[in-house]
Amino acid sequence: MINTKSSAIRTEEMVLNMGPQHPSTHGVLRLELALEGEIITKVTPHIGYLHRCFEKHCEAMTYPQIVPYTDRMDYLASMGNELGYAVAMEKLLGIEVPQRVEYIRVIMAELQRIASHLVALGTYGADIGAFTPFLYCFRDREKILHLFEITCGARLLYNYIWVGGLSHDLHPDFVRKTRDFIKEFKPTIKELNDILSYNKIFIDRTANVGILPVKTAINFGVSGPNLRASGIKWDIRKDDPYSVYSKFDFDIPVGKGTHGTVGDSWDRYFVRILEMEESLKIIEQALDQLPDGDVQSAIPKRIKPNAGHVYGRVENPRGELGYFIISDGSTTPYRVKVRAPSFVTLQILGELCKGYMIADVITILGSIDIVLGEIDR
Amino acid sequence: MMYDFFVDLFGNTVIAGIASGILMSLLPLFLFILPYALLAVLAERKVSAHMQDRLGPMRIGWHGWNQTIADIIKLIQKEDIVASDTDKPLFNFAPVLVFAGSYAAFAAIPFSSYYIGSEVDLGIFYIIAVTGLVVAGILMAGWASNNKYSLLGSMRSVAQIVSYEIPTMLVVLSLVMVSETMSLHTLSEMQTGYFWNWYIFGGPGFSLTKFLLIPSMLIGFIIIYISTLAEVNRVPFDIPEAESELVAGYHTEYSGMKFAMFFLAEYANMYAVSAIVAALFFGGYQSPVGYLGNLLGVEWLIPIEQFLWFAAKGLFFVFVQMWLRWTLPRLRVDQLMAVSWKYLIPIAFVNLIVIGFITLI
Amino acid sequence: MKNTEEILQALKENFPDFSFELKSDLPVEGFIICNPLVIDKISHFLHDNPELNFDSLINLSGVDEIKANQLSVYYHLESTELKHKLVLKVVTDRNSPEVASVTDIWKGANWHEREAYDMFGIKFLNHPDLRRILMPYDWEAGHPLRKDYENPEFYQGMKVPF
Repeated sequence: MINTKSSAIRTEEMVLNMGPQHPSTHGVLRLELALEGEIITKVTPHIGYLHRCFEKHCEAMTYPQIVPYTDRMDYLASMGNELGYAVAMEKLLGIEVPQRVEYIRVIMAELQRIASHLVALGTYGADIGAFTPFLYCFRDREKILHLFEITCGARLLYNYIWVGGLSHDLHPDFVRKTRDFIKEFKPTIKELNDILSYNKIFIDRTANVGILPVKTAINFGVSGPNLRASGIKWDIRKDDPYSVYSKFDFDIPVGKGTHGTVGDSWDRYFVRILEMEESLKIIEQALDQLPDGDVQSAIPKRIKPNAGHVYGRVENPRGELGYFIISDGSTTPYRVKVRAPSFVTLQILGELCKGYMIADVITILGSIDIVLGEIDR
Repeated sequence: MMYDFFVDLFGNTVIAGIASGILMSLLPLFLFILPYALLAVLAERKVSAHMQDRLGPMRIGWHGWNQTIADIIKLIQKEDIVASDTDKPLFNFAPVLVFAGSYAAFAAIPFSSYYIGSEVDLGIFYIIAVTGLVVAGILMAGWASNNKYSLLGSMRSVAQIVSYEIPTMLVVLSLVMVSETMSLHTLSEMQTGYFWNWYIFGGPGFSLTKFLLIPSMLIGFIIIYISTLAEVNRVPFDIPEAESELVAGYHTEYSGMKFAMFFLAEYANMYAVSAIVAALFFGGYQSPVGYLGNLLGVEWLIPIEQFLWFAAKGLFFVFVQMWLRWTLPRLRVDQLMAVSWKYLIPIAFVNLIVIGFITLI
Repeated sequence: MKNTEEILQALKENFPDFSFELKSDLPVEGFIICNPLVIDKISHFLHDNPELNFDSLINLSGVDEIKANQLSVYYHLESTELKHKLVLKVVTDRNSPEVASVTDIWKGANWHEREAYDMFGIKFLNHPDLRRILMPYDWEAGHPLRKDYENPEFYQGMKVPF
């Protein structure tokens, strides 16, 4: 806009509304971008478009009824959500579950982690303009969804991990099919690396973009792969082990700044690829050690915990998923608060995007990998 | 040329005049651009699908070969939405201008030695000038849409096309120095014979110059291919319509047939630049291995063969464009500019000087 | 690595004027109840003291304790270096709930506090941007996670209950 009255040319910030309907906001997120040309001066996220009152619903339901609702928060990692709820509730109730249940839970959670990371990596490629890796990732994710389907009949929202047990035992073919999947999947990680991770243009787009220093990350409460990409070994599976994770041998990949600075978008991307390999290791070990037994013997008939409160947490694909449950001694919880990893992570977007260009907002938003389902709950 | 061909065929100048006039103006559109666009859209889908472990369209006809026809019918039936706050005259005119720009380029492209829409002496110069209309159309579309995404997309597009015209021009200029002609027809005729007469292999004749020219020509070809890729807004240079950033860029607000015109123009442009590359470096319509018509002594077969060769060469480069699109991510605006101003232009310039010296020898 | 009692001791030594109360009789975790208006000072101490070094706020949740006519906020703190955890609780009056904001100390508290404000109406003093977060900005029918909340009949002329 040119101000005709004064002699100087006055420039105005342009406000661009990105979303709620936009191809790369990964759901219904609205970003209010203040722009100076194509340079970002301020990012204001507006959330709540997917608010489904999960916490209010919980106060009206019995404890087992909540499980299917947890599925719908981070809909790309439903198994992880259920596991988190089960871990918190078992801590509150003080019950032990059979070893077989724990092993199956770990296998499911790790398969889910791979599936979730595949979506994250694939959509990240699509955000940057490479559409083919996206479909490669979905092709592999489909195989995992098939494994889930033969286990519990559902592909996305499983209602599988219950408080104290599982809804079904494994399908007789599950172990064989999972081993087949691992064998098929290992080469495709290399394929993904070849087509996307080490692509020069991809590295140019992501390296040194959206650098998240580790101090800032911790201060903001960022967790999961995003935190590890900043170079700190922090993984609840190791640092505060739950289920049977302490029995497995696996590494925690961290960002090394191979192509730029530690904690840039490329690191956040690549940590996820390395994590998939670690998850495969865990699944292989768990399949080898899988004990026999019953999966439903420890399910309480009626869940009525004593008055008290618990904070149970697990390492979800997107970071630390915590359930803060207050019980007043009845069969329904008094209060359930979910510490959703994406909710915390999205706060850093404004911090990361300042001074970059519009195209980098997409890069950064894709690299922190949010799911609006759990941000808005 | 077409006229001569018809005079030979009919032996009557009047009929030949009318027939060649009609054919010359309509042939590119109905015999080439439309069928080509239908084929290219389908090919793009099939190529991408097979690269991505999918099948692509499979329902309509054998392996979905009728898919694009069905899509065109759908687009024709669609409501023509014009948002209330758009600048209506510009909004309606922009797709026409974009399409006219890319269609006009076909006028000077020699499809065969007997068919060239209008044999301008400044052929290559004319093509580059007339495709500039596309820029105006895109800017018009972005501005008239009254949409920030469209505006950003069109601004990016204009900056990109203008920047990448410079390396294109430099390469064309170096070729003009070597061949001493600007007519694409003459240029194609010079590369007659076998494939070693193509300019990518240093041009016709056997001399020291030819062999000295080969590396420069290779560099020139790579530069012109990259920069024409950018001029037609294809991945990795598709930032004007980067769907993950700018929704659809300058044609966000367009629907129905107006959208289809942008779409058609994009595919027509893809072929136009591929044809230029083929004509400059790969012998145009000339066969690399000689003609069946000569072998059999059937004169009229030669132009048809030439047309097929030209189409094949162009389509091959279109295929490479698709191949790149489905393999590479996209660059950022500043990186895109850096590629042009920091790498392509200096290299093209040095290349021009080197070629200048070689031709002096 | 310190447990809750040791941290309580350190707090009492450093802030002799403030009242702290340890509650550890309920399952599963014990927590320290402190004054809502000085929680920022306490947090500063917990964050900056090298022996405690609570560098991360993992969770912040509001709770409506309607029977006692009070609203409370739970803070789950953790030290990523020393790997110890702490739960703090502040209790505030239900009619004029005011809690000091800890956004200065842990930037991640920003949205958690906005959520607690949105859902319970707890006012966080000195919060940089205290707006609703999950509910629409112009939601006028109160704070939905309060136990006595009732849905409004209409929102912007649209009928709310199905």
